[in-house]
Amino acid sequence: MYVAVKGGERAIESAHAWLAEERRGDTSISELGIPQIREQLKLSVDRVMAEGSLYDPDLAALAIKQSRGDLIEAIFLIRAYRTTLPRFGASSPVDTGAMSCDRRISATFKDLPGGQILGPTFDYTHRLLDFKLAAEGELPQAPTREATPGNVPHVTEFLNREGLIEEAPHDDTPPPDLTREPLEMPADRALRLQALTRADEGFTLGLAYSTQRGYGRNHAFVGELRIGAVAVEMDIPELGFAIEIGEITLTECETVNQFKGSKTEPPQFTRGYGLVFGQSERKAISMALVDRALRWEELGEDNVGAPAQDTEFVLYHADNIQATGFLEHIKLPHYVDFQSELELVRKLRREAGATETQEAAE
Amino acid sequence: MALLAKAPEGRVAALLAAAMARPVFDWLRAPEIGSAMVRGRAGGTGAPFNLGEVTVTRCALTLESGEVGHAYIQGRRKADAEAAALVDGLMQGPAAEQVRKAVLEPLEAERKDRVSKRAARAAATKVEFFTLMRGED
Amino acid sequence: MQAETLAGGFDTPAVQSAHAFRGLLEAMARPGTVRQIGGAAPPRPLSPAAGCALLTLCDTDTPVYLAGGADCDAVRAWLAFHTGAPLTGPSHCAFAIGRWEDLLPLSAYPTGTSEYPDRSATLIVDGTDFAKPGAVLRGPGISGQATMALPGIKAFQDNNALFPLGLDFIFAGGSRIAALPRSTKITAPATVTEVF
Repeated sequence: MYVAVKGGERAIESAHAWLAEERRGDTSISELGIPQIREQLKLSVDRVMAEGSLYDPDLAALAIKQSRGDLIEAIFLIRAYRTTLPRFGASSPVDTGAMSCDRRISATFKDLPGGQILGPTFDYTHRLLDFKLAAEGELPQAPTREATPGNVPHVTEFLNREGLIEEAPHDDTPPPDLTREPLEMPADRALRLQALTRADEGFTLGLAYSTQRGYGRNHAFVGELRIGAVAVEMDIPELGFAIEIGEITLTECETVNQFKGSKTEPPQFTRGYGLVFGQSERKAISMALVDRALRWEELGEDNVGAPAQDTEFVLYHADNIQATGFLEHIKLPHYVDFQSELELVRKLRREAGATETQEAAE
Repeated sequence: MALLAKAPEGRVAALLAAAMARPVFDWLRAPEIGSAMVRGRAGGTGAPFNLGEVTVTRCALTLESGEVGHAYIQGRRKADAEAAALVDGLMQGPAAEQVRKAVLEPLEAERKDRVSKRAARAAATKVEFFTLMRGED
Repeated sequence: MQAETLAGGFDTPAVQSAHAFRGLLEAMARPGTVRQIGGAAPPRPLSPAAGCALLTLCDTDTPVYLAGGADCDAVRAWLAFHTGAPLTGPSHCAFAIGRWEDLLPLSAYPTGTSEYPDRSATLIVDGTDFAKPGAVLRGPGISGQATMALPGIKAFQDNNALFPLGLDFIFAGGSRIAALPRSTKITAPATVTEVF
């Protein structure tokens, strides 16, 4: 129960003013600019875009500055801004096969057409703090080599040719949209993928890890992981045809999962899929593992009762804005609620005390 | 239109200004900022799903000579959308060849340069496997 | 593409659509009242009021059914440019527009589901003559009773019987609109003969 009370206005105004001052920090240190955040904290920007579900690096950088680096608060700001935008339409599905790859690796095949391209990865760094970065350093320069032009084919295509992996048949059903219609169960794969791509990275990582540790194990290999730019193409109603409206960076992960066959499917490899805004490979791999775990029913596997197999559990708890909204609301005034709890406890204690006194007397 | 949409901020207007006086036009739709839902496909090739939105600026105008120019470009960039719609309109009129040479061709060359510089960095990180030893179990 | 088919939208979309939305809201909230809305110049055969309602209410998320004469190239192009609304048949539309006789039968439109009664169609009946003698209206938003020109009686009584499911209607003619939500009860005045 809630009761409206007044009186906090001046306190709230002062709190906001102090927040602004604290956000700025020590004024003898130069202020952080939006382009600095966009260019130098790029992976934070990418995470805010992915979970905020809006691709706009400048807005994400602004949100990070405003939220003092609290990424979930920044995601909240982006989600709120997103709702103010009129939607002009939907893009044609992006063609990740035509991606200009910055990175493209496969854990299943060593020699594959297009090669293993490491890209700007942390993978082979020693995870030792680099104190040179603390000093203002010289401009780093990456080596270059002549590139082979043309698209890099997907690894799953090779397995596909032998019929060893389930197909992902082309389909043009318009997908459901959880930003337009409330989430309803059972959720089909398109809806699950939308929920997962904007899901909290930590939650998705935890669930994916739980499948690896045996809670709904699905024997995943990273068939391919690629990061790079793809064109965004959209049908323009007044033109009557599709045009490219820009370009976005995506991370795509396709897992190849061992599968012994089931009542309905032959033994073959199955697939999990992750596709995320920006450079976010931890998230993309996690998404692919959780996607695969949630597919138990369509593949005729047993439900072993693992959290990652429970669509309702996963989808209703994956969104960090919903979660933090409900979680943090309990710090807001619940004076009346608590008052009634207090009365109840006092009453129970009185009754218990009365019984004890009575027992002692007897 | 793809080149106009992918050009860096201010670049289309700068190239157009260098080529000719800014044409006179009327708005059919003044620049407005909105979004487009980006879709992907499950497994890269399967059924489409909604990935998330991208900010988009669009506008439409008519030139004095009657041609209609449209622009849909990624981001929140009203001035860039206006310049892109002007170029789109001009490309349908007598100045098409001039605009192609002065605006589109430089944009294409600059874009190729940006893409190939990035691809060259990626190519330098390509792994060249060689076998150290091969034994019989 | 001709510039003429693309003209006739709002000059100041934020302000004009807010005014038009208020007009539509008031009309729907007080069945039987007639209001002016404006700012749009749609291609024929749409009336300015109907065009204004379309610009205000439709976007890429609202499938529109163009009935009869409203289904022409000029209207299609105009609607596509200004609203981006996808065109569809009556069974999947969120909005339908046309003259009353072209919009029939009403059984073709979605009336919502018991979980989501809002997933129903709103019909914009164009070419309304507001001067015709009125049916008698009673219900939410009406103090006592009101009268309104309706193209029929039984069709609207049947629609009301579906409540909370059912269709909602906006009547347009010239620059004027009126509306009839599914919650309104309709009776024929003694002097009006039933046509439909």
